[in-house]
Amino acid sequence: MRAFAYHQPSEISDAVTLLTSVEDSKVLGGGMTLIPTIKQRLAAPTAVVDLAKVPALKGISDDGETVTIGAMTPHAVVAASPIVQARIPALAQLASEIGDPAVRNRGTLGGSVANNDPSADYPAAVLGLGATIITSAREIAADQFFLGLFETALQPGEIITAIRFPVPLAAGYAKFKAPASRYALVGVFVAKLAGGVRVAVTGAGPGVFRVAAMEQALNGSFEPTSIASIKIDAAGLASDIHAEADYRAHLVTVMAKRAVAAASR
Amino acid sequence: MQISFTLNGRATTVDVDPATLVSDLLREQLNLTGTHVGCDTSQCGACVVHLDGVPVKSCTLLAPALDGATLLTIEGLGATAGSNGLHPMQEAFREHHGLQCGFCTPGMVMTATALAAANPTPTEAEVRHGLEGNICRCTGYQNIVIAVMAGAAAMHATSAGE
Repeated sequence: MRAFAYHQPSEISDAVTLLTSVEDSKVLGGGMTLIPTIKQRLAAPTAVVDLAKVPALKGISDDGETVTIGAMTPHAVVAASPIVQARIPALAQLASEIGDPAVRNRGTLGGSVANNDPSADYPAAVLGLGATIITSAREIAADQFFLGLFETALQPGEIITAIRFPVPLAAGYAKFKAPASRYALVGVFVAKLAGGVRVAVTGAGPGVFRVAAMEQALNGSFEPTSIASIKIDAAGLASDIHAEADYRAHLVTVMAKRAVAAASR
Repeated sequence: MQISFTLNGRATTVDVDPATLVSDLLREQLNLTGTHVGCDTSQCGACVVHLDGVPVKSCTLLAPALDGATLLTIEGLGATAGSNGLHPMQEAFREHHGLQCGFCTPGMVMTATALAAANPTPTEAEVRHGLEGNICRCTGYQNIVIAVMAGAAAMHATSAGE
């Protein structure tokens, strides 16, 4: 593999300093995207800043109204967490279906959200629950965070430290997975919160997005039938070897209905 | 950089470039060639090893992650008495013909032993979900699934008898 300098800071501030002072440096979470990307020579960082030994980035806590998960928490730990299972079971279920067991043991919440792959699962939960992304510099609401294909509101050198999820009244996630990768061909996260229902879609378009028409219908009646006739415009959705845009548009309604049904259980 | 870790039960210290994949360290520097590299794009699972007890893809892991950790490779799987030196899961793969060319087998066995350790009596559906990260291009998986279920039972029968 192409050589790079390697840093393993133990403080967030040291990691930020390294990322801002070394040109073409990259932050390493679980490495499930960065390492394959370097191997395929799609990235060639001069330095890698590994967050594995920063204790402040780990842990799951519950303050009654919100559950906060450290950015370096692996998917397997989120899936098995008694706190997450009790407070936001849809999030534990989502984490248990990411990739495969080996990926879930290394891949991290912060890495997935910072990367913002258009087919990743976590962005749907973060946007669907209206979570808050806590970074080394500030707090960012999910609605302001995801800016499109692999693009987020993170500034150079800014590191996600944790994500704070509101505990919903009910929530469900349903995904139609690409059979080879288990990435979401379409995934829909539906959350019923004190402030109303939120519906977030991943996999279908260039980035995670909300569906206002479904949210309004579900605010009226939280039943799969309320959204059965709501169709998504295929324009702007992704088309690839796995599925055409109109099929993805169709799947959004199907998965949204399943997510509502799962939330109602 | 120098890293120290426990490799198959033995304290090990190596000098390694941090831009080294664990799969390369094992195969090229430590001559442990049981860990296979099938795809090198993090998809096939032939390179699965246990890092601190959980299965990970060694081709998608930088060597510094081993520092202070415990690593188990296919060579380190413990045999039980009277089993041709095979671990019960390996014995189950042999008995149930859970392989043809055998290239994916080390990763299959490492994933399977972790699965069976966490879930002593997995259902067929749980085994298939657990093996999603391991690709076999020969068998069609049927005998692998049978072998994993038999291996899980054998692992726990063995430990119960000890």
